Amino acid sequence: MTDSKYFTTTKKGEIFELKTELNSDKKEKKREAVKKVIASMTVGKDVSALFPDVINCMQTDNVELKKLVYLYLMNYAKSQPDMAIMAVNTFVKDCEDPNPLIRALAVRTMGCIRVEKITEYLCEPLRKCMKDEDPYVRKTAAVCVAKLYDMNPQLVEEQGFVELLNDLLSDANPMVVANAVAALSEINESKPLIEVNSQMVNKLLTALNECTEWGQVFILDALSGYTPKDEREAQNICERISPRLAHANAAVVLSTVKVLMKLIEMLPADSDFIASLTKKLAPPMVTLLSAEPEIQYVALRNINLIVQKRPDILKQEMKVFFVKYNDPIYVKMEKLDVMIRLAQQSNIAQVLSELKEYATEVDVDFVRKSVRAIGRCAIKVEQSAERCVATLLELIQTKVNYVVQEAVVVIKDIFRKYPNRYESIISTLCENLDTLDEPEARASMIWIIGEYAERIDNADELLESFVDGFHDENTQVQLQLLTSVVKLFLKRPTDTQQLVQRVLSLATQDSDNPDLRDRGYIYWRLLSADPAAAKEVVLAEKPLISEETDLLEPSLLDQLVCHIGSLASVYHKPPSSFVDNTKAPLRQLQPNAAALATNGSSTGMDMDSAPGLIGVPSVGGAAGGAVPSQDTLIADLLQLDMNPMGGVAAPAAPAAAHVAAPGGGLDDLLGLGGGPSYGAAPAADPMAAWGMAPAAAAPAPSGGGLNDLFGLGGPGSPSLGGMLGGGGQQGYQTPKALWLDAATHKGLQVEGAMVRKNGAIYMEMAITNKAMQPLSDFAIQFNKNSFGLVPAQPLHIAAPVFPNQTTQVSLQLATNGPVQKMEPLANVQIAMKNNVDVFYFATIVPMLVYFAEDGLMEKRDFLELWKEIPEANEQQFTIANVRNLSADDICAKLQANNVFTVARRSVDGQELLYHSIKYTNKIVVLSELKISAASQSLTLSLKSRHQTALVSLEEVYQKIFDN
Amino acid sequence: ANDAMIGGLFVYNHKGEVLISRIYRDDVNRNAVDAFRVNVIHARQQVRSPVTNMARTSFLHIKKGNLWICAVTRQNVNAAMVFEFLNRFADTMQSYFGKLNEENVKNNFVLIYELLDEILDFGYPQNTDPGVLKAFITQQGVRSAEQQTPMGGVASKEDQSQITSQVTGQIGWRREGIKYRRNELFLDVIEYVNLLMSQQGQVLSAHVAGKVAMKSYLSGMPECKFGINDKITIEGKGRTTEDPAKQGRAAVAIDDCQFHQCVKLTKFETEHAISFIPPDGEYELMRYRTTKDIQLPFRVIPLVREVSRNKMEVKVVVKSNFKPSLLAQKIEVRIPTPPNTSGVQLICMKGKAKYKAGENAIVWKIKRMAGMKESQISAEIDILATGNEKKKWNRPPVSMNFEVPFAPSGLKVRYLKVFEAKLNYSDHDVIKWVRYIGRSGLYETRC
Repeated sequence: MTDSKYFTTTKKGEIFELKTELNSDKKEKKREAVKKVIASMTVGKDVSALFPDVINCMQTDNVELKKLVYLYLMNYAKSQPDMAIMAVNTFVKDCEDPNPLIRALAVRTMGCIRVEKITEYLCEPLRKCMKDEDPYVRKTAAVCVAKLYDMNPQLVEEQGFVELLNDLLSDANPMVVANAVAALSEINESKPLIEVNSQMVNKLLTALNECTEWGQVFILDALSGYTPKDEREAQNICERISPRLAHANAAVVLSTVKVLMKLIEMLPADSDFIASLTKKLAPPMVTLLSAEPEIQYVALRNINLIVQKRPDILKQEMKVFFVKYNDPIYVKMEKLDVMIRLAQQSNIAQVLSELKEYATEVDVDFVRKSVRAIGRCAIKVEQSAERCVATLLELIQTKVNYVVQEAVVVIKDIFRKYPNRYESIISTLCENLDTLDEPEARASMIWIIGEYAERIDNADELLESFVDGFHDENTQVQLQLLTSVVKLFLKRPTDTQQLVQRVLSLATQDSDNPDLRDRGYIYWRLLSADPAAAKEVVLAEKPLISEETDLLEPSLLDQLVCHIGSLASVYHKPPSSFVDNTKAPLRQLQPNAAALATNGSSTGMDMDSAPGLIGVPSVGGAAGGAVPSQDTLIADLLQLDMNPMGGVAAPAAPAAAHVAAPGGGLDDLLGLGGGPSYGAAPAADPMAAWGMAPAAAAPAPSGGGLNDLFGLGGPGSPSLGGMLGGGGQQGYQTPKALWLDAATHKGLQVEGAMVRKNGAIYMEMAITNKAMQPLSDFAIQFNKNSFGLVPAQPLHIAAPVFPNQTTQVSLQLATNGPVQKMEPLANVQIAMKNNVDVFYFATIVPMLVYFAEDGLMEKRDFLELWKEIPEANEQQFTIANVRNLSADDICAKLQANNVFTVARRSVDGQELLYHSIKYTNKIVVLSELKISAASQSLTLSLKSRHQTALVSLEEVYQKIFDN
Repeated sequence: ANDAMIGGLFVYNHKGEVLISRIYRDDVNRNAVDAFRVNVIHARQQVRSPVTNMARTSFLHIKKGNLWICAVTRQNVNAAMVFEFLNRFADTMQSYFGKLNEENVKNNFVLIYELLDEILDFGYPQNTDPGVLKAFITQQGVRSAEQQTPMGGVASKEDQSQITSQVTGQIGWRREGIKYRRNELFLDVIEYVNLLMSQQGQVLSAHVAGKVAMKSYLSGMPECKFGINDKITIEGKGRTTEDPAKQGRAAVAIDDCQFHQCVKLTKFETEHAISFIPPDGEYELMRYRTTKDIQLPFRVIPLVREVSRNKMEVKVVVKSNFKPSLLAQKIEVRIPTPPNTSGVQLICMKGKAKYKAGENAIVWKIKRMAGMKESQISAEIDILATGNEKKKWNRPPVSMNFEVPFAPSGLKVRYLKVFEAKLNYSDHDVIKWVRYIGRSGLYETRC
């Protein structure tokens, strides 16, 4: 007879039968019955009705039976709390058993009974077990504290269990230490009760050499949360843990790598020690690639992070990432990613020949990715571009449908990177026009035709063939088609007039897609108003695409490196994005955006700006609010945002990640494909929007934009900021400055200031007409800027401004526009149009208008974050307190400017004030102000994860105090 | 940033029926069991990742035979640790009841629950060493014939504390008081040669994954010291009397090595000495990897000619490349054929060759082959012409299996010394056996 029979009893009256058996006098029968119950429980049957009968079997000296009963108890206690209490006595008794295995079993199981009432009975036995003579009991009791904390944290604190756990860190037995560390870390995660200090670290390092492999992981993970006080300590820890790199357990290795990666940051970058340490890191990571495939996968996801953070470590190891025929698909895909990251001139030949091999494999996704990778090589290593193009052409000759489509998409990117070099292959591409059935490939091909229309004799016929099926096309293809036909028209106006009119009318009159219609109208107006300008706009030279491919946003990367080995490092997302009740103080990225930034597949179609494939470092940043790192600034105001919704839709609509790409601006006009519809934009009557009263077209999405310049669109929805406002109190406001001088701006004079009031940012302007004619038709547009500042609604000036008249305007702004880091950070470039001309100016926005109303942090979060941010990110200033403000005055003044008081304390005649600031893009700044009774000046310390967030903040403080 | 651990652990059969389910944390409930079945096991396409996230719950799984073993969590767990643990859990079950399959899991479900209770506490992995576990988890579940219970019945008080100190102990892998009449040590150096060669005979990648497998039957608590001819050790001790040029050649450059937990890693780091108190019986002392100067035992030269749309000719030459006095065994060459093959004619000089339609391959087996020899096979493959010309068959590489009596990395054991201070036997009294085996790992040549 075998146990598998228990899985097959399904007859009626089973429960009743079991009940009888459980109450049988015969031990053997009882045992059999309990087994049956457990088997039923496993397959999901409800056997809770047997609770009292099973519990009755608990009092037994048969350990096996006891364990089975416990198993049942753990499962059902929650649903039968009152009955579960019946078991308490046995537990308490078992905790006194002479056999340590029984004592441990009792304390272990008791902790698993998730019934609130049982906890009070648990405390005494647990306390005893934590001081048990037997290490097996103590190590079990240590984990039990974590269980109890999960149920009743207050009780654990009150009963002093945290201190007892802390004592166990000095236990002679390494496993007890390891479990105590695990339990303490878990408790600390939700509430920092014990601070890891160097003394504790020493104990852990000692235990590390002696405990089980799992214990080593617990200890290393705990160490990764510790910040050494100086270089010497950091180096010492490195030396003591680096032997772990030779451990057979992958988790021990990766956790060691995690700690080392963190500590390396603290040591001088050019020291010999760092050099020898980084040398040690590569071999163990390579070895992980011969482990089980699942572990290889985890290793590869982490290696992907590590090569982004420290490209040197694995730069010599390209070969080990070559794909093996029998690798599982997930390993293959990851290897491919790492290969591309490591590709450089010295190894490109090898990489290319591998990629070519892969492009003939069976798995469609893998083949596609390989083809794409060839394109990425071309863009990354210029010397290889020609070879890559040749390889792609060969692949196109295979006529395998998806290979051809993928190749067309990447060739489009290569054209963007190396214009006027490989156009000779266009004819080959055109031959494959018919086989393209995927929107992205079709759109790419259409882009190529439009872009090089002058070299393709039958470009008009080719485009016309697409236009015939216009309404059956995907939006991205339609948008692209519209742009390409306009390009064609501008290049060959004589014979394509009909075509362009047909497309424009298809887009504007027969389509209910607002994006398509908007773009159609813009072109239409542009073409009819000023064809020369249209040419300048649509056929303008496009910025080159960048080389590095889909890197993670640096602050996210730093965060993920701290989580090496964990799920966060596998998902490439911060824990907060997939774990509930996150305790992480900063949410830096929207999960969707992060995912899109990493997976390399291009969903967007902004071909002229930043194809998803080429990736834009700041994709995630723009969506999630962190300051993006792209520093190339295309000052050309043609880059002004044209996107109907700017970045608004990005967090909400994962499919539209490209919306957040900084390139998506007027680029659209230059021939970008717009993405699929951005969220749900209700269809407004196009005629109403067409230069008519804007108020009527309420639902038209508006993040400001050139559409306003053309009189399209309507007022946007008011910024939510207004509702979050912190009451009527007003903070410091910068006086108005002269933005446009009448003398040089055709009589238009504008003085203005950016201010924050009632929870929103306003642009206050005094517009003076010093010309001879009335000024009217005002419109305004912002260039991409560091904080995504854009008008929340169109500039609306009801009546013309007559000569020598001044009109006061207050324009509400929002911070959901496209983001691009500016130099200086607070610089914003603005275009203002009236009936006379378009004028440009730039202004430095006072930082404090970006201080959000919800910037008050919890004390705990503040403390945690303060500790978490490295010393290096701290800046100190001395601020004059000329008005001799008291601590109360200071807090009040700061509060009025959304600098929130988190805590105050006095130490030795010094008053310490702790404040938090949150920018509108969610970046947090922590500040500490020291007021010394003896001195006239204040000491200000500022900390943020993002150094740039601290720029000139001290001046802001000074201004607030002086005001 | 330590995070909480495994919330639940499930074992399913290939149909997705639950065989084992154990929940450790409140945030995981039984719905998770179904979510994994529906979305992963029953998913139409093949598994694209061993980690799946559904509704903020992460599922980490491995497959062993027909079984799915899945850990569930809602926290940011250490993923490397979870996978290591799942594999260790599978090993432990195997060492208890042999082959891991549905039948055996059902037959031993009580035992498995008992193990799960012991090796995971609140989702934290505890001691998973099967040798230690067997000392106190002795379920009388049905075992495969060759498995024996090491200990039965109720443990005495002494045994109990012996057990607990072993489970939690510093030397958790060895108990006190072991006695043998004959002290013996068996040492196997087993190497797997991996090769990927291009069609043109260029080595694209090659490495040796080696391990040192030991069987020790030693009394007491002996300290062992183990020495090999690795470059760092030998060049570090340049003062030996032998000819240095000769030594340089004999030394092997080890890229990386990993050790059983009994090896004192700190000592290895500082003195480069491999020093340990061995477990009793069988264990794997170390694993290593080398990539330089590998002696590739065989060279495979494939020649493929597509004669016409329905005929293909394949010729494969195999050359052995080691001392003529040595013999390779269990040689098998696997030549892939297109799926629409209708017939194969084979001629081989040595061994036996067969076309296996089910495996889409020609399998050529040679029992033995001495060094510096060569042999060849020719095949004519008839292909059923199908209409679908567009879908080109992508030729998988020709792969090879073999076993040779030397270590292709060049690794040599220099010494293995045993010291037992308390008992009166010395290093000389221990009988030591050393053996070198080179096997094929993934040994592939593209064609």
